[in-house]
Amino acid sequence: MKKKMTTVTFTGTPEQEQKLDAVIAKYGKDEGAIMRILQDAQEIYGYLPIEVQKMISIKTGVSLAEIYGVATFYSQFSLNPKGQVAISVCLGTACYVKGAGPVMEKICEILGVQPGETSADGKFSVDATRCLGACGLAPVITINEDVYGKLKPAEVKDILAKY
Amino acid sequence: MKISELAAIKEKMESVVAIRQGEKVEQKERIHVLICGGTGCTSSNSVKIAESMKNELEKAGIADEVKVVLTGCFGLCALGPIMIVYPEGIFYSAVKLEDVPEIVNEHLVNGNVVERLLYTDEVTGKHVHSLMETRFYKSQKRVALRNCGAIDPENVEEYIAKDGYAALAKAITEMTPQDVIDTIKASGLRGRGGGGFPTGNKWQFAANSVSDKKYVVCNGDEGDPGAFMDRSILEGDPHAVIEAMAIAGYAIGADEGYVYVRAEYPIAVRRLQKAIDQARERGLLGKNIFGTDFSFDMNIRLGAGAFVCGEETALLASIEGKRGEPKPRPPFPAVKGLFGQPTIINNVETYANVAQIILKGVDWFTSMGTERSKGTKVFALGGKITNTGLVEVPMGTTLRTVIEEIGGGIPGGKKFKAAQTGGPSGGCIPAHLIDTPIDYDNLIAIGSMMGSGGLIVMDETDCMVDIAKFFLEFTVDESCGKCTPCRTGTMRLLELLEKITEGNGEMEDIDRLEELCDYIKSASLCGLGQTAPNPVLSTLRYFRDEYVAHVKDKRCPAGACKRLLTFSIEADKCKGCTACARKCPVGAISGKVREAHTIDTAKCIKCGACIATCKFGAIKKG
Repeated sequence: MKKKMTTVTFTGTPEQEQKLDAVIAKYGKDEGAIMRILQDAQEIYGYLPIEVQKMISIKTGVSLAEIYGVATFYSQFSLNPKGQVAISVCLGTACYVKGAGPVMEKICEILGVQPGETSADGKFSVDATRCLGACGLAPVITINEDVYGKLKPAEVKDILAKY
Repeated sequence: MKISELAAIKEKMESVVAIRQGEKVEQKERIHVLICGGTGCTSSNSVKIAESMKNELEKAGIADEVKVVLTGCFGLCALGPIMIVYPEGIFYSAVKLEDVPEIVNEHLVNGNVVERLLYTDEVTGKHVHSLMETRFYKSQKRVALRNCGAIDPENVEEYIAKDGYAALAKAITEMTPQDVIDTIKASGLRGRGGGGFPTGNKWQFAANSVSDKKYVVCNGDEGDPGAFMDRSILEGDPHAVIEAMAIAGYAIGADEGYVYVRAEYPIAVRRLQKAIDQARERGLLGKNIFGTDFSFDMNIRLGAGAFVCGEETALLASIEGKRGEPKPRPPFPAVKGLFGQPTIINNVETYANVAQIILKGVDWFTSMGTERSKGTKVFALGGKITNTGLVEVPMGTTLRTVIEEIGGGIPGGKKFKAAQTGGPSGGCIPAHLIDTPIDYDNLIAIGSMMGSGGLIVMDETDCMVDIAKFFLEFTVDESCGKCTPCRTGTMRLLELLEKITEGNGEMEDIDRLEELCDYIKSASLCGLGQTAPNPVLSTLRYFRDEYVAHVKDKRCPAGACKRLLTFSIEADKCKGCTACARKCPVGAISGKVREAHTIDTAKCIKCGACIATCKFGAIKKG
């Protein structure tokens, strides 16, 4: 999976770093802790900028190369900050044959972004996601915690206007 | 917990089971309302419906007479949210929040069934009262899904009421580890996650490996897009997986287990964690289970979105916190697996069969299925099908039964074209093979595979070249990059398919596709690469004429590949309302008011905005 590095300046707070320390203290000695640390770090910071990866490397003694390797391998880890409104379009097979492609195109057209990007004002981010398992509702998108099913491209505009 | 305590809980909870089998039981909670709390129904508000139901029951003053339970998936996702009222077993579908007061007052208080919320049989047109009477359920045989939609997955006692943990008790007190392995071997159970390797043999290899430390791993990294049976089992019956893993631990001599679950399944993760905690509290996990010297405990590890982690060696690397890259086998995980120790890895659905086999015996299990594929298989029906959802049928059931009878056929009067099984590793089964009995070997013989059981139905408007391209986009994205044939080969395949769907293909490209598929299959290390060409090969095998039409005639017969479409206006239908001309983003439509318009195909970018705008159906694509 190709990943782009962010150009957004990192603004971590000491409180966030404290939380990160607690996570490392919790998992640090377990075998195979790195993935769990990265998962929790992403919860804390919302994404995994190189600055956070460096902190984890220094605090755990695991090389930055290895951490960066893991962070870029899994699609769940994001090197870019997400928008305040995170849109995920399911591109599982069931959604695809029911027209998830045109829904995605419509969203990107309205917001002026490509899948995987965040809009210029930082408000919306759009991602293609693997099967959410709600195939009965295909095609499905999620916006933050809200789920919209059986969507038609024509309905996208009104839904986005709510956010 | 002692075995006698297990029996006591079962006895205490028996009325719960009885009322849901339609028996009138003398007890305070005279009505049980089961509401689907699976991911599909939760997305359409079922949790709020359950809350609202509790409030309405309070208002009606019958809160203590009615038990409201959020269950796992009932299977009929197309009609969600689903609600069943026991003891009558009345089945309400597509329930909305505003329907709740009526259900409470009319049905639960006054005893009158709310007819308008009943399911209507698509053939007879009559209302169906119970779920079991629907054509969707009649031909099913639920083994792995037996408790999904039948019990409260967050209450271990309801699982025990349905013979839960009795198989574990039997295994560790009445059987030797070798007895357990022999039973699983004799049952003919094969891995439900993809390859179909005999489960008993896997256990035997791990049991034969000598080591102080062994692991039992459950593969819940359900990556096949369109398959959701593992998630539903974890959501609806998590204890079945825990119990089976403990049995496996006893059989191979392991005391620790890991369940690797996709992070995209938050409900499944939460219920599984709760189930593990409850099992620990009751001493069903932990030290000296049932007072024996057998100890077993387990943990959850979350995946982070990598399809390749469904491959067993990649999954183990991921549990170890590394990049999920596959390793060459041998050594097999049964010899050298997690943290270098002997390990067995089975899929969620495979485990969901184990306790039943131990309890009901080999003869019961082998009475279902075909000669070399025993038992049942769960399929996730999706795509162009009326009854989207989860179905479980005996192996050997024909595709026709699954699609036409259980699935209710193709909506909108369209024609069935193909069914895709096995996800990105599988292939498309064309309409003329619809009477093929589905089992592991038949699917391989017709160029597809069982995979985890995703079954996507496609109709005449789906382009097979486009579907092959869709799967290749998936594999290109998910190839871990370790082996060149897979990393670069799938990319080249995708480029060829793009070239063809954009109308730039040459006949030689079809030969190139075949040649490249052959290289990728033979030179890749793991299952992902070895099977990645299957969607291309199977569509080439059965729908070669569609490829040829794209290349030679520059035409997409299904009308799906945009670049090959031409848009035109049928003059006799056009009213000259100008709506399309105003909508066209590139000004390709011209014409006078109240006169037929025309499209300049040289300018047209084939966006389809005009079709969406036209109220008279005057614009044609093809």
